[in-house]
Amino acid sequence: MPEAIPSTAAYLMLSGTLFAIGLVGVIIRRNMITVLMAVELMMNAVNINLVAFSHRFASLEGQIFTIFIITVAAGEAAVGLAIIIQLYRLKSTINVDEARSMNG
Amino acid sequence: MSPELLVFAVIGTIAVAASILVISMRNPVHSALFLLLTFLCVAVLFVMKGAEFVGAVQVLVYAGGIMVLFLFVVMLINVRHLPDEKVLSNFWKGGFAVGLAVFILFVTLVRPGVYHDPVPSDKALRSTYTYRHRKVKNPDGTVTRKLIRRGKVAGNSEAVAMALYTDYLVPFEVASLFLLVAMIGAIVIGKRELSASEEENIPAYMLERSETEHEIKEAMSA
Repeated sequence: MPEAIPSTAAYLMLSGTLFAIGLVGVIIRRNMITVLMAVELMMNAVNINLVAFSHRFASLEGQIFTIFIITVAAGEAAVGLAIIIQLYRLKSTINVDEARSMNG
Repeated sequence: MSPELLVFAVIGTIAVAASILVISMRNPVHSALFLLLTFLCVAVLFVMKGAEFVGAVQVLVYAGGIMVLFLFVVMLINVRHLPDEKVLSNFWKGGFAVGLAVFILFVTLVRPGVYHDPVPSDKALRSTYTYRHRKVKNPDGTVTRKLIRRGKVAGNSEAVAMALYTDYLVPFEVASLFLLVAMIGAIVIGKRELSASEEENIPAYMLERSETEHEIKEAMSA
């Protein structure tokens, strides 16, 4: 009889799926706002992983680090969106492929 | 099927479907709304794993703060005026290949059975402790005061706060400094240089120097 509650492996597989979807979004999309949203999706996947392991090992460290990751995500979103606004003012586009004046 | 497994299946399916829609919508506003749905589903998963405080922070910070920021920027950048161009980047095939490879890697790493374990009680996730002095009689007759740690089971918020303000106090303060730096950086990057015609139209009250500044200058020169 399999266990009746979702196991840690189920949570890890869900978080892996979300991470892979976010990674695909970062690579294939051209709209910079959507790329930033995909990055947030990947951070959420990592948070699920940390909380699942925090429950598995009955330790609070995972939740503490999740809170720090949420803090970093907030700062990253603010700075990234400011860069997007500045790019839109300079080039009138938020296409990632257009921002190539540094020949990257 | 137990209710927990049912909730996990439903919420997980909604989260995966919404996140696929996030990266496939053409309009960023629709993407943002589906991202909001994903965040709420993840918050439910946090609560199911005994992390109530993190779930509440997820709703407040992500769904309340970051989503509003995204929607504001989408409104500032007029989406309708953007050229109607391809959604996919030039190397979308490589992107799908990398995503599939990462997905297969994760699924083979954590295939069912690897972490099958009796689920421990989440008592440790909600227990906090206090320190007390207690008089202890030593074998040689002297009486000393000894610090004794006493645990008690409280809520998850209390336990997280206890860990955050004792063991993780320095990272906590560093995080506040990080937020300050991010705020200043966002303001400096996002501010706009005024053109010459705009500078002429600045209202007079904005250019007036405050009286305190005058007083400070006079005091400095005196």
